[in-house]
Amino acid sequence: MLSDHELKEIEAEASKYGSRAAVCIDALKIVQRFRGWVDDDMVRAVAQHLGMSPDELDSVATFYNLIFRRPAGRHVILVCDSVSCWIMGYGSVRDYLRSRLGIALGETTADGRFTLLPSACLGACDRAPVMMVDEQLYTNLDAESIDDLLASYT
Amino acid sequence: MEIPLTANIGPSKTPPDLKSYEARGGYTALRRGLSEMTPEEVRLAVKDSGLRGRGGAGFPTGDKWSFVPMEDGAPRPKYLVVNADEMEPGTFKDRLLLEGDPHQLIEGTVLSAYAIQAEITYIFLRWEYRLAALRLEHAIAEAYRAGYLGPDILGSGFGLELYLHVSAGRYICGEETGLLNALEGRRANPRSKPPYPQSVGVWGRPTVVNNVETICNIPHIVSHGAEWFRGLSLTGEGGSKLYGVSGRVNRPGCWELPLGTTLGEIVEEHAGGMQHGYRLRGLLPGGASTDFLTSEHFEVPMDFGSVEKAGSRLGTGTIIILDDSVCPVGMVLNLERFFARESCGWCTPCWGGLQLVTATLESIEAGEGRPGDLELLEEHCRLLGPGYTYCALAPGAMEPLQSALKYFRGDFERHINEKQCPWH
Ligand SMILES: Cc1cc2nc3c(=O)[nH]c(=O)nc-3n(C[C@H](O)[C@H](O)[C@H](O)COP(=O)(O)O)c2cc1C
Ligand code: SF4
Repeated sequence: MLSDHELKEIEAEASKYGSRAAVCIDALKIVQRFRGWVDDDMVRAVAQHLGMSPDELDSVATFYNLIFRRPAGRHVILVCDSVSCWIMGYGSVRDYLRSRLGIALGETTADGRFTLLPSACLGACDRAPVMMVDEQLYTNLDAESIDDLLASYT
Repeated sequence: MEIPLTANIGPSKTPPDLKSYEARGGYTALRRGLSEMTPEEVRLAVKDSGLRGRGGAGFPTGDKWSFVPMEDGAPRPKYLVVNADEMEPGTFKDRLLLEGDPHQLIEGTVLSAYAIQAEITYIFLRWEYRLAALRLEHAIAEAYRAGYLGPDILGSGFGLELYLHVSAGRYICGEETGLLNALEGRRANPRSKPPYPQSVGVWGRPTVVNNVETICNIPHIVSHGAEWFRGLSLTGEGGSKLYGVSGRVNRPGCWELPLGTTLGEIVEEHAGGMQHGYRLRGLLPGGASTDFLTSEHFEVPMDFGSVEKAGSRLGTGTIIILDDSVCPVGMVLNLERFFARESCGWCTPCWGGLQLVTATLESIEAGEGRPGDLELLEEHCRLLGPGYTYCALAPGAMEPLQSALKYFRGDFERHINEKQCPWH
């Protein structure tokens, strides 16, 4: 069931659009912000609230890579694997993250602290290589700076 | 040298709030436009300015607007959508305008909406631009409070709603009709064209989609006129341009320069040339979907016509440098993996072809390439080229590949003949 907070936020967004269903992507993001990811029950709840079929909503949810249909860790790392970062050392950043966290791309650490995901160009190519942790962008990465910044997430 | 687009963006990149934006002359273009010019006069000024879209395709903005139905019985509401999805690999110019001067974008949006008499506008922003989202939200609220947005703006009788839509990922959302589907809460597959969005756009209504940088030019054209704008550039095409350079140069970054500044000046002077110990092999002049050029093209003015004549496209104007420490085949593989992953899956040549191209490049890079592989890749450059797909993702994906096969053919052949990547 959608919480009162979720319902309130969804309705506030819904007033922006020319159709009721248009708010569905915002609605999925709102649910995800409160719960970490979007499970099957929540797909059904949002679909019912917006007058869509659950399958229709799921086809939208699974299109967008920033809607998580599987559990994610407390913090989500988006590491840029596009061309400028690749030239400037994406490979070693990825390998370092994998060994520090003990997981592959697409996985979550056993303690639920981090999910590691590859990302399309993050639009900070003059400061490559870059990644985001949750809402924060980190640039000009090397092993040392990665150690420091990971330590600040619990 | 005049730099209208970035005049308010200092080294700290902290954006001016409403008060300081106004103190620097902000919103005077809006006042002038709404009180002294008819919508038709604004459209005419933009057409005369020669402004071409800064989102990658370079379509003349005045022409794009001229397809919007303007008669009294035109379907309503009409929409203007600002494309702030910026996901073209190697592109980081709209970020500067969004974070550095959000009021300029709002002012441009209101003037553009006035020109086509749109009553609703969206800024379509990629989720990852969090700082831009915060600053835009703040600036939009300020603009509403000051009466630059909402009903009856500055007593002109013209009213406008402006909403920020924050997306949820996927490169294809930047394609203008994919974007409209995303805005409607659907999968962001592009739409079959015609009809074009100017007649049948979001929710079936007339809609114009323009890039952030395109829209930011509008207040300056309204303030200073078409002739002034044309005079900003070094060549026949009007305006200044945000150029960027990434890769192993001494000073990677983004600068506003006269349109038509030469490739060599941008790379050698503004980006400070190659870092010590690295040699330039080639470059993509305008993001991932453009053909490679080389240092032999340093004399080419970076405007739409000249770069096309040199065999590539200006694209987004952000240059990606390939240096001699990385493998050209590996770079092209990285690009094609991106396009294959981001294909929306609608057209068979695109999703199927890009998977095959990627697999072929993977085997060449791994030293398992076979004779005939390069011909197979060349054949795909034709099969995925213009005319076989619903959008420009697939043809764009072929541009770096076809030109790499031309300029770095020896490197491809070495991989196949020596059965390994010389860089490994
Ligand atoms: C796959 C693909 C992705 C695109 N991404 C963007 C983008 O992120 N931002 C943008 O402004 N234009 C993008 N475009 C171009 C848009 O389709 C459209 O041409 C542009 O927004 C029009 O604005 P303009 O006329 O002001 O340049 C993309 C095109 C394609 C085919
Ligand atoms: S070319 Fe590719 S991305 Fe574009 S519509 Fe076809 S399948 Fe989708």
